[in-house]
Amino acid sequence: MKSQDKSVSAMADPSVGEAGKTGDWRDMRPVIDYGKCIPSVKNRPACYLCWLYCPEGVVKAGIRVEIDLTYCKGCGVCAEECPSKAISMVREEKGHE
Amino acid sequence: MSDVQIITGNQAAAMAARLCNVQVVAAYPITPQSQLSEILSQYVESGILRAEYVRVESEHSAMTVCISASTVGARVFTATSANGLLYMHEQLHWAAGSRLPIVMCVVNRGVGAPWSIFNDQQDSLSQRDTGWIQIHCRDNQEIIDNVIQAYRIAEQVYAPVMVCYDGFVLSHTMMPVHIPGANLVRSFLPPYKPHTILSPENPKNINPVLLPNPRMSAEGILCDGYMEMRYKLQKAMEDSREVIMKTSREFADAFGRDNGGMLWEYRTDDAEVILSAMGSVAAEAMAAVDQLRAEGIVAGVVGIRVFRPFPKEDVARAFRKAKAIILFEKSISYGYEGGLSSDLKAAFYRTDIHAPIHDYIVGIGGRDVKARELVEAVKSSVEAIRTGTPEKHTSWLNCITE
Repeated sequence: MKSQDKSVSAMADPSVGEAGKTGDWRDMRPVIDYGKCIPSVKNRPACYLCWLYCPEGVVKAGIRVEIDLTYCKGCGVCAEECPSKAISMVREEKGHE
Repeated sequence: MSDVQIITGNQAAAMAARLCNVQVVAAYPITPQSQLSEILSQYVESGILRAEYVRVESEHSAMTVCISASTVGARVFTATSANGLLYMHEQLHWAAGSRLPIVMCVVNRGVGAPWSIFNDQQDSLSQRDTGWIQIHCRDNQEIIDNVIQAYRIAEQVYAPVMVCYDGFVLSHTMMPVHIPGANLVRSFLPPYKPHTILSPENPKNINPVLLPNPRMSAEGILCDGYMEMRYKLQKAMEDSREVIMKTSREFADAFGRDNGGMLWEYRTDDAEVILSAMGSVAAEAMAAVDQLRAEGIVAGVVGIRVFRPFPKEDVARAFRKAKAIILFEKSISYGYEGGLSSDLKAAFYRTDIHAPIHDYIVGIGGRDVKARELVEAVKSSVEAIRTGTPEKHTSWLNCITE
């Protein structure tokens, strides 16, 4: 038998995954075409609008832009903002981890 | 040790807050409460009350400040009236849902529109279902006594308490009040122990979204769903009756004044006709009862001191011998009847109390309520019941209705 919370009011300890991992409930996944992504094409820091606009802060602005899919909620803002249309939103398979 | 001073209801409330050593006050001035918030700010500025007075831009913010300060362990106080109370409404639910022992004086006033600054009890009646304990005062002595008791009740039950008293009728009327000694209050009121200690070393998410069903936290602890949390509040409110009764008894022992537990009675031992009301109009009913008895009608008063939790079993006992029940209410649930009338009828369900209940709406928006008007109303009701018409539609006393 698991222990039960006896709190008088609703409280929770902040912890990783307290409300589930964001990526768990994502419907659409961003996929980067590095043949179009400007920093990759020019091999130097460039636009990074995906990094700037991402509401979750999960875009890493490097050469090879990376997106942390554990916490990406799949909103598609990066794809919308990308000036070279390098990011496409692809439907997640049902039952992904 | 106590001394007697001739003071207004607002002064009594301010003195009570000071005697309870409140640590944070956040109040926004509104007639007829203004004098209370002014006195408290003077106390804080002059240093005789070691508290923080947070000046806010609205009543909503006043309650928010109280919620925050109470959460981190401060004893807090606020007060308001009428539309100010209604502006707090959302935060009233938040305070109760967070189970915070906030004490607030509600200086009862009619609600706009149209504007009125004068007294009735529509404001606190409208907050009946927010999960706050409601205590009503019949005179200025009860204001000081009930605020002191309110902290002890709130901090044991972990529920907020409204101490309600009538605007102008009590708030601005001077009467003799016994001021209890600071040491006596300190010994009656232990320090506030918050139900959760917040600290940077042990951070907490406060009031996170609760889902419909209980769920495991990341640590594997089964946490309540929203419905379980609501049940806990209801259970606490129901169980608070015991705490309220015990507090009242112990207050009487320590201070020598018994203001009643859930309700109080006046000349009810042999009463055939029982008048009932909340607040200052119940005190007026006492004068009416003396007159009625002089005219041969054996009457008494049951004053409802605690409106929430509703004193179900107490009223079933207090009214058991009544042959007629006459209610005087300073508020109404529009489209039905006075709130006390509905609650009493519900409390009498499946009891042996079948006495006719006549409900009079009185003193709305400050219209004066005189004892002789109550006497006339009771006499007309008694006559109607005697001549075979026990049912009576809710009636508006001393009001042009046609």
